[in-house]
Amino acid sequence: MSFVFWLLSAITVAGGLAAVLLKNLVHCALALTVVFTGLALLFLQLDAQFAGFAQILVYVGAVAILVVFAILLTRSSETPKDGGVFSRTWMAGLVIAAAVFAVLGWAVLQSEAGLPHETAVPNVTVQEIGNALMGRYVLPLEIVALLLTAAMIGAVIVAMHEKGDAK
Amino acid sequence: MLEKADQIFLLLRDWLVGYLPPGWRAAAGAVLGVIGIVAVFPGLFAIAVLMERKGLGRMQNRLGPNRVGPFGILQPIADAIKSLTKEDIVPTNADAVVHFLAPVFLVVVAFMGFAVLPVGRNMVLVNMDAGLLFYFAMGASTEVSIFMAGWSSRNKYSLLGAMRAVAQMISYEVPLLLSSVVIVMMTGSLSLVKIVEAQNQYTWGLPHWYIFTPWGCAAFIMYAVAATAETNRSPFDLPEGESELVAGYFTEYSGFKFALFFLGEYLGMLSISGLGTTLFLGGWSAPLAVLNWVPSWIWFFSKIMLSISVLIWVRGTLPRLRQDQLMNFAWKFVLPMTLLNLMVAALWRFMGDGWARWVVCSAILLLVYVGAGRIGMRREHFGPRTYRYAE
Repeated sequence: MSFVFWLLSAITVAGGLAAVLLKNLVHCALALTVVFTGLALLFLQLDAQFAGFAQILVYVGAVAILVVFAILLTRSSETPKDGGVFSRTWMAGLVIAAAVFAVLGWAVLQSEAGLPHETAVPNVTVQEIGNALMGRYVLPLEIVALLLTAAMIGAVIVAMHEKGDAK
Repeated sequence: MLEKADQIFLLLRDWLVGYLPPGWRAAAGAVLGVIGIVAVFPGLFAIAVLMERKGLGRMQNRLGPNRVGPFGILQPIADAIKSLTKEDIVPTNADAVVHFLAPVFLVVVAFMGFAVLPVGRNMVLVNMDAGLLFYFAMGASTEVSIFMAGWSSRNKYSLLGAMRAVAQMISYEVPLLLSSVVIVMMTGSLSLVKIVEAQNQYTWGLPHWYIFTPWGCAAFIMYAVAATAETNRSPFDLPEGESELVAGYFTEYSGFKFALFFLGEYLGMLSISGLGTTLFLGGWSAPLAVLNWVPSWIWFFSKIMLSISVLIWVRGTLPRLRQDQLMNFAWKFVLPMTLLNLMVAALWRFMGDGWARWVVCSAILLLVYVGAGRIGMRREHFGPRTYRYAE
């Protein structure tokens, strides 16, 4: 466990706490972006280039923006005037976050027994991931692609003007 | 002698690092590389701004800056001093921390992109296995900073401008990525160094640049369109239409923070031109085999400045698109064409060597582009100009 690991972990955990505890929703979303970036840097520190850059590209570039847009479009993003940085319900937020973490941690710890035990550190390059996706895992990839396309068409139909409603 | 000129910056670095104890040399070399990037590209930014102001002046039949220094060439220095000394006004209601972080984040991310661009033979800061992916990851992060700037200003026009800019950048990021995927398919590598090396070959003295193949040319056109939109340049400069739309996400910025946005925008332009040069125009390789004696970095920087000149020329020539036209263009024309280009590139790959693939691939692309143009223009009626006003 090097110094860099502890630094990145501290940034990620601080971002996570901020995302749970802060009062202003947009600040929470921006703190979540910090968490995504920290996770990506942790992946990079483990020499997983593809996972790290894909994390930044998808989560920081798209998901964070989506979250922020959702906040702005659904409810008022104006700061509550009654001072203070932390949310009034910070305790509930912390408890829910801890519960989700506990469930995830329990699931991960349980799954360890079912996996084949690997001793050597796998050296996974981007090229190998590409070959695996296009070779062995091509069917799951195509199914996911089909699912996403269906979801996108559904979203477009929901958002589309009704006939006659258009200007 | 010429080889020394080609590698002069590396030799200089090694000479400087040689004075340090051996344990420090690797780290010091990396720091020197970063200093090089942080020094050279803002220098090019100053030249690009001057070129833009003088060039646009010529196109609009006026002189442009002509007071500071001979022919106004010291204007960028005067501008820099002005923005450094101007008062920095933060709106009372603004979210001070986010308002401060937005321009800093933008410039940092814009500089990161240069780390993987090979600016000359052996001259790349980080030779990464997934260099292209890194570049696009950094490019995608700029959207967050634009949102931060627009939201933290607590100004309706800023927020609307940020929404406009982010929507545009997300829309055009898709074709930008897809047009680059073709290059990755052909090279079989995401490393920008390998992509340049694959293009650094010559047949009859002519280079193997990807732009000289049917799929490469089509991808380059789509890349250029998407890159212009991604850097918010005219004709896609709705995010900052200063005369009609109250600027945009940086309305509430002044002084040096505004200068940082300006710097970030031009760095984005320089780096996306650099990526286009690397992917399609052979990076640092010479345009003719006989010109190989010229140092490689000269070719890279000339190609970047040439791309910048074309961007300025386009800005001086084309009118601005409307927001709905902009979105329709991205999703209904540019995206399908990049997808088609992927198919054509796959066909090229599996038809093997020979002249047949040149004919088939060019024919498919020409047919589709000409057909789309004909069908699109059929509904247009060209008569006397009519005006519509907002109700």
